[in-house]
Amino acid sequence: MSTDIMVAPSTLDIQQIRKDFPILQTTVYGKPLIYFDNGATAQKPWAVLKAIEDYYTHLNSNVHRGVHHLSQKATDAYEASRRKIAAFLNARHDHEVIFTKGTTDAINLVAYSFGKQFVKEGDTIIISAMEHHSNIVPWQIMCEDRKAHLKVIPINEKGELKMDDFSALLDKTVKLIAVAYVSNTLGTINPVKEIIGQAHQHNIPVLLDAAQAVQHIPVDVQDLDVDFLVFSGHKIYGPTGIGILYGKEEWLNQMPPYQGGGSMIKQVTLEKTTYHDLPFRFEAGTPNIEACICLGTAIDYVTNIGIPAIQQYEHELLEYATEKLSVIDKLRIIGTAAQKSGVLSFIVEGVHPYDVGVLLDKLGIAVRTGHHCTQPLMECFGIPGTVRVSFAFYNTKEEIDQLAAGVTRAVAMLT
Amino acid sequence: MTINEIQDELIDEFSMFGDWMEKYEYIIQLGKELPLIKEEYKQPENLIRGCQAQVWLHADFQDGRVHFTADSDAIITKGLVSMVVRVLSGHTAEEIINSELYFVDKIGLREHLSVTRSNGLLAMIKQMKIYALAHQAKAN
Repeated sequence: MSTDIMVAPSTLDIQQIRKDFPILQTTVYGKPLIYFDNGATAQKPWAVLKAIEDYYTHLNSNVHRGVHHLSQKATDAYEASRRKIAAFLNARHDHEVIFTKGTTDAINLVAYSFGKQFVKEGDTIIISAMEHHSNIVPWQIMCEDRKAHLKVIPINEKGELKMDDFSALLDKTVKLIAVAYVSNTLGTINPVKEIIGQAHQHNIPVLLDAAQAVQHIPVDVQDLDVDFLVFSGHKIYGPTGIGILYGKEEWLNQMPPYQGGGSMIKQVTLEKTTYHDLPFRFEAGTPNIEACICLGTAIDYVTNIGIPAIQQYEHELLEYATEKLSVIDKLRIIGTAAQKSGVLSFIVEGVHPYDVGVLLDKLGIAVRTGHHCTQPLMECFGIPGTVRVSFAFYNTKEEIDQLAAGVTRAVAMLT
Repeated sequence: MTINEIQDELIDEFSMFGDWMEKYEYIIQLGKELPLIKEEYKQPENLIRGCQAQVWLHADFQDGRVHFTADSDAIITKGLVSMVVRVLSGHTAEEIINSELYFVDKIGLREHLSVTRSNGLLAMIKQMKIYALAHQAKAN
């Protein structure tokens, strides 16, 4: 468990915050909703919901295309959102922030485009054993296409990367390393600065899957010196269908377009087409305008509360949940890295995770069960799946108490 | 008893239960009572795809009737499977193929028929009908 966080109690007014999220007032089978599936998607505050309505009521118009007033307003709002996100990540340039459909789309973009430009037969791409399928499959597809090799950083029984093995994988053939910042199944915070440091000594760029990081811990792309970073809007309290690819301009400028179409062009003739500069070169077609703008609203909301405050409070939740669940007989926590964030996965000996999930659901408690899109990771642990509890800053210790009671009751019924 | 008579019997049994937890306690109990599939049939080719839990299904054809045995590594799934086996096993291929399983919905377990990845009840019912169809085709 991470110990380098301030020990003063959290200053967040959680009850006030909870009022910002209307869905938290829902009941499920007559019981109050206890939502512990934030790793799958997070709930939305009124600010974001109102911004969505406001967009379609007052602003809706296609962006970058028109001379009329509404189109100008929409474009301004769209680009303002990009600037907000660039500032949130501390990117050097706004044009290093590309709007995508999500994390999966962003990784596919890099895999395809970077692969086409830089990866040749016999080259290597490195990923880790704990990756989400979205940070495995695009690389598999690209490696097969480019006749390159995919190599995997192994993990130990705590769910930490084996860094000695990682170092041993770095050779002249490696063209890129793609790794999770925070594991969606284990909660492990990977030593990404160390990974990037070693990679850069070999002139290898690094892509970080930050889908489970940006909402929990401060992320500064310049401080990390990361080459590519991706995340999803819907996991940071924004709308679905929007994601961000951050890329250093030195890399993005060398990469060919991913999708062709409107917006990403300078000039089109039937013989030849020239492409736009960053960021538009990678934003073909009409974007999910409302989601782009309202992601900015979500980032504002989170920044107002403050990621450091969120980090500290969620750390308290994670510690409390770990303490309450560890005492349940036959319960084993999967993922016991020294540095963890946001997520607690467990199994109960002799009980299938699916069964636990169904019964918790009937108590109004939403968790996720199964392989969490990390089948290779499940194989490493030799288990069919886990029950995953994933936190947000609107969860409470009282909810964790209910969770622990629910798990205890479910296990009693199932054994 | 006909397939529908068995379904009605099940619906009747479940009507005794007040809340969800009582229903699931019963489903878990049924799961514990399911006659197990023979170990030799717990092979990959007998696995029902589309489940979070593993479900093995085996079909035997005897005296013009199809008999099913099944197992699962998740107890609730096993309970649900045991109900479907109780309803469909021991009937003719034609009866099985033409059956409509309304009891799952009537018992209030409709979510288990949804197309999320988490359950394979639908897949299992489909597979049972496929087995019935195959046996029927072989017999003709």
